[in-house]
Amino acid sequence: MSEGIVYWLQQILNALQLGSIYALIALGYTMVYGILTMINFAHGDVFMVGAFFCFLAATYLGLPFAPTLLLTMIGAALVGVLLERLAYKPLRNAPRVSAIITALGLGLFLENFTLALAPYPKHIPPLLENVSWDLGGVSLSSLQVIIIFLSLGLMFLLDYVVHRTPVGMAMRAISWDKTFVPLMGVPVDLIISVTFAIGAGLAGAAGTMYALAYPVIDPYMGIMVGWKAFISAVIGGIGNIRGAMIGAFILGGVEIMVTAFFPSTYRDFVAFTLLLLLIVVRPYGILGKPRTQKV
Amino acid sequence: MNIALKYCWNELLEQAWLVPVLLLIGFGLAFAIPEYNWLNKYIQLVLMYIGINIILTVSLNLVNGYMGEFSLAHAGFMAVGAYTAALLTMKVLPVAAYPVLFPLAVLAGGMVAAVMGLIVAVPSFKIRGDYLAIITLAFLMIVKSVIENIDYIGGPRGIPGIKRLTTLPWVFFWTVATVWMIRNFVYSKYGRGVLSIREDEIASDLMSVNTKRVKFLAFMLSSFCAGVAGALFAHLLQFISPRVFDIIKTTDVLIMVYLGGIASIGGSILGATAYTALMELLRPSTMAALLDWLPEFVFNPLNQYIIQNLGVWRMVIMPLLLVLVMLYWPRGIMGQREFRGFIPRRDRVAHRRLNDPGEKP
Repeated sequence: MSEGIVYWLQQILNALQLGSIYALIALGYTMVYGILTMINFAHGDVFMVGAFFCFLAATYLGLPFAPTLLLTMIGAALVGVLLERLAYKPLRNAPRVSAIITALGLGLFLENFTLALAPYPKHIPPLLENVSWDLGGVSLSSLQVIIIFLSLGLMFLLDYVVHRTPVGMAMRAISWDKTFVPLMGVPVDLIISVTFAIGAGLAGAAGTMYALAYPVIDPYMGIMVGWKAFISAVIGGIGNIRGAMIGAFILGGVEIMVTAFFPSTYRDFVAFTLLLLLIVVRPYGILGKPRTQKV
Repeated sequence: MNIALKYCWNELLEQAWLVPVLLLIGFGLAFAIPEYNWLNKYIQLVLMYIGINIILTVSLNLVNGYMGEFSLAHAGFMAVGAYTAALLTMKVLPVAAYPVLFPLAVLAGGMVAAVMGLIVAVPSFKIRGDYLAIITLAFLMIVKSVIENIDYIGGPRGIPGIKRLTTLPWVFFWTVATVWMIRNFVYSKYGRGVLSIREDEIASDLMSVNTKRVKFLAFMLSSFCAGVAGALFAHLLQFISPRVFDIIKTTDVLIMVYLGGIASIGGSILGATAYTALMELLRPSTMAALLDWLPEFVFNPLNQYIIQNLGVWRMVIMPLLLVLVMLYWPRGIMGQREFRGFIPRRDRVAHRRLNDPGEKP
């Protein structure tokens, strides 16, 4: 193959890896927004907590990959439900600004709490034997394959749950109307908790994969990745699950392209400028529907 | 006796000379304290931080409290003001020879920040609520990464070696100026417009409030004050870098606004003072001095442990405080209430009736 094509294929592969991690986190943002119309700014830090659970399970319990992943997802889901029950539920009828501020505060709390317990960056032991294949110049590692396919698998599973099961039907119903759905016997509080658990669990899975791909973790790692995932959710139309997946791969692609042509410090600038322009021009994203305000 | 005291107090508050006299005393103290070293250097520093935080809090309260929008961009405006002023005093103005030029640099910092405020103000004509919050966040991040990418102003390393030009009298002057400007704005025609936008934007548009102009002015005034605070902050800290002005700085100001209570200038002043003092109290060195002063047996076993770990845990306490305030004390110290002294004389009766509907007119 010619040099150019090899280079591009390599970049596309990198974009897919980055995009699938963004997508898993973006799903949590978009699900919570869809059901509560609230931006859960602490979600990026749940991802970070997931990475730290992965570190604990792999180092202190010495578990192999699959149990570590499972344990991390359960742990992150518990953190998500705890946040929802203790902090967001009492504020459900308060002004919306209160919920945003609480979420920001909770994010900072998770960061600094982890920092207080783990002051130095941690190294994740290699849980998987990393094999690299050379496909005509394009190098493909087993880790990349696992990250991409596992994320896609989880996304399809989520899509199935939301569109084909009773729980998913209840979620969509609550996002449609919050006044009459409880009258139909849908346990609203339970469904909201389940939504938070699923979103946080996916963020935990993303944390594990991120920690395996970039094995040095610190308490502030969730801030930037979290915001990027949030941008992905906005690109796809926040509240829309399929949109979040598409948005994540678009953002991953854009970021990889930027770092390919410019110094890597321009990456955040481009990502946030994209966000600014998008909100001014098309705030409902690619797949979202414009909402008109009625007087 | 009690009644007589209350009567005297009320009479005192109505006197026209009260505010100028208080200001004069304040200015006198601000000049005298550093001149005669009445308080130690550390307390003087804390006083200056309190002043800067009052500027930040009162100006953010204009947007987040009175107007009911949610802005996260305050640290970004601060950064713009800080960098503008620092570059002016270091590269352009001969401040070493003429320290009198310092307020010019502060003013320029505020002006540039106000112009930057347009970037947020213009989208706010169409976009409200969560999405405007995201725009302000994007603005903050963009400012940070633009500064990081310009090598001339130090990039991610920042600017070291700024001259220490911020003094207690200057901080006092700018604090008073900010409170005066925002108080006058809030009780002016435009201030009523700001309040009506918070209640219902469409309705106030119908009532022929020029919402665009009101938002324009509110955002520009707020970011001007943030720029001034940034300029003062840079010349106090003597070192600035993009990391100083990140989302954590904004969160600090948000805590002070909501602790003090929204839509209240007096609350903002109290909130900023209380929070800054608390955070300084939780500093390991301050706590060590304080625990030393207590009788030995009280904290002795814990002493060493507390001092060693406080530095990290105070960063845990800070966001937890914000969440607890939001959950259990959403009004803050004086949400939507105001000291009588801040309310113009013509509005006082109406204000009292609003807060106490039972009173006969």
